[in-house]
Amino acid sequence: MYLTKDEEKIYNGEQGPTLQKMMEILVALGDIFEADRLIPIKSAQIAGVSYKTIGDAGLEWISDLEGKVKVPAVLNPMGMDMELYEQMGIDIKFARKQEEIIKAYEKLGIAAECTCTPYYLKRPNFGDHLAWSESSAVCFANSVLGARTNREGGPSALAAALIGKTPNYGLHIKENRYPTVTIKVEEPLYGAEYGALGYVVGSKVGDGIPMFKLKSTPTEDELKHLGAALAASGAVALFHVLHVTPEQYVLPPEKMSIDRQMLSREDDWQVPERYFLPREKIEVDVGHIKELVKQHVRPDIIAMGCPHASKGELEEILRLLDGRTVKKEVWVCAARSVGAKNPELIEKLREHGIKVLYDTCMVVSPAANQFKKMMVNSGKALKYVPSMCGVDAAIGSTKDCIEEACRGD
Amino acid sequence: MKISGHKICRGTATGPALVSKDAISFLGGVDPKTGIVIEKGHALYGKNVKDTVLIFPGGKGSTVGSYVIYQLKKNGVAPAAMINIRAEPIVAVGAIISGIPMVDKLEKDPVETINDGDMVTVDGTDGTIEVT
Repeated sequence: MYLTKDEEKIYNGEQGPTLQKMMEILVALGDIFEADRLIPIKSAQIAGVSYKTIGDAGLEWISDLEGKVKVPAVLNPMGMDMELYEQMGIDIKFARKQEEIIKAYEKLGIAAECTCTPYYLKRPNFGDHLAWSESSAVCFANSVLGARTNREGGPSALAAALIGKTPNYGLHIKENRYPTVTIKVEEPLYGAEYGALGYVVGSKVGDGIPMFKLKSTPTEDELKHLGAALAASGAVALFHVLHVTPEQYVLPPEKMSIDRQMLSREDDWQVPERYFLPREKIEVDVGHIKELVKQHVRPDIIAMGCPHASKGELEEILRLLDGRTVKKEVWVCAARSVGAKNPELIEKLREHGIKVLYDTCMVVSPAANQFKKMMVNSGKALKYVPSMCGVDAAIGSTKDCIEEACRGD
Repeated sequence: MKISGHKICRGTATGPALVSKDAISFLGGVDPKTGIVIEKGHALYGKNVKDTVLIFPGGKGSTVGSYVIYQLKKNGVAPAAMINIRAEPIVAVGAIISGIPMVDKLEKDPVETINDGDMVTVDGTDGTIEVT
């Protein structure tokens, strides 16, 4: 990989051991993925935050680093709400270690905002290069916003933040963003069914780039749930939805399908006159998806906000409550600053018995383990809750989740 | 026998080879306290990576694996050096943050060429290994 004179100096330690190590990480990754050079990034989102996952070794490593990040940087969700951890049943030892980790990151100039939806804090622009870690945030940034990021690991996102650059490979390059597989869905979908769709097809897609041909037009929140589940059950970092998402490329000739088709809309960004769907195709059994979302369950907890809830989703929950108070344990997870911007909304949700939690979620918090069966409205949570928390999970629409919470038997 | 390859992490170390035909997931696959491979059914199940030159195709699994390698190092049970057929980010980053000499893309397949117990010197600074 080509380095400029200034980058070379950092690599040789002229700006201290921390930046040297960070540059070594970027150069190693660049070499592994055959990047030609480093490119500047607009922001970073860093994983490796929960004490549960990184332990004392991770804490020590971050504490030993020096310097300040060169671009705005936030963190991934951690194991607890920074303020309400006692209510969550988190023990004090864990809480102290978790606080130390956050302080170590703050010392490096990283905002103590722990969220999987950094795009609600500052929305990246089309074409921005980023170094983000959280798999659903990566999927949203690439697919829905048309920004460009690879799936970064914790140390590589931190290295990118401290240097302000990332190696130019993978999804930073336009030619690597073409769809590789067509997913045809023959019936309209709604709400949580998009998360169930991602849950079902993600494992079949692996690290491919799906192009969805849908009968319905998903909202931004529905796209968020589709991408989050695709990234959880597969390793999808980018998907396209025909007529909906901002990048719909003509495939290179050797990958074109025989049947070419005209697009009906011309107003999307870079929409070509003709498009060619990838030859590899997956047909989806919609019955199976609808079945998944209609299971009858008796959960002892209902948890929403995976990925962290948008303002619109918080409003929807309040609307569906229709004045009722929940009779079961209900968690709604959101980014702290989304809550701070909508204090009345949060206050009302709490008045109706809902625990609104920041900085954490049902997947990464050790507090989720105390329950037996969790009802979620997220395909991602459906995938991870059983394996990461040892808790049974079922998926329902947001409406079904609220009805279950209010019935309370 | 000297074989040249591609440098991942600088530094030099020598140790007995521990060769795996399976990829390694450090998170959940290797005990960070003891260095023992705990993934059931793995080619190295029950073996200890401490002070060995660990030779394996590459990493797999969670990216937290990089920190597990760092934990192994802090606990004094890390491999002395590592050789991959083709490195991927989890192990490469783990080696760099821990300062474990590492190379990949050797002229000869190390998993086929090197036997358990062979003494191997890894020079991560110039990207070569020497088997004696």
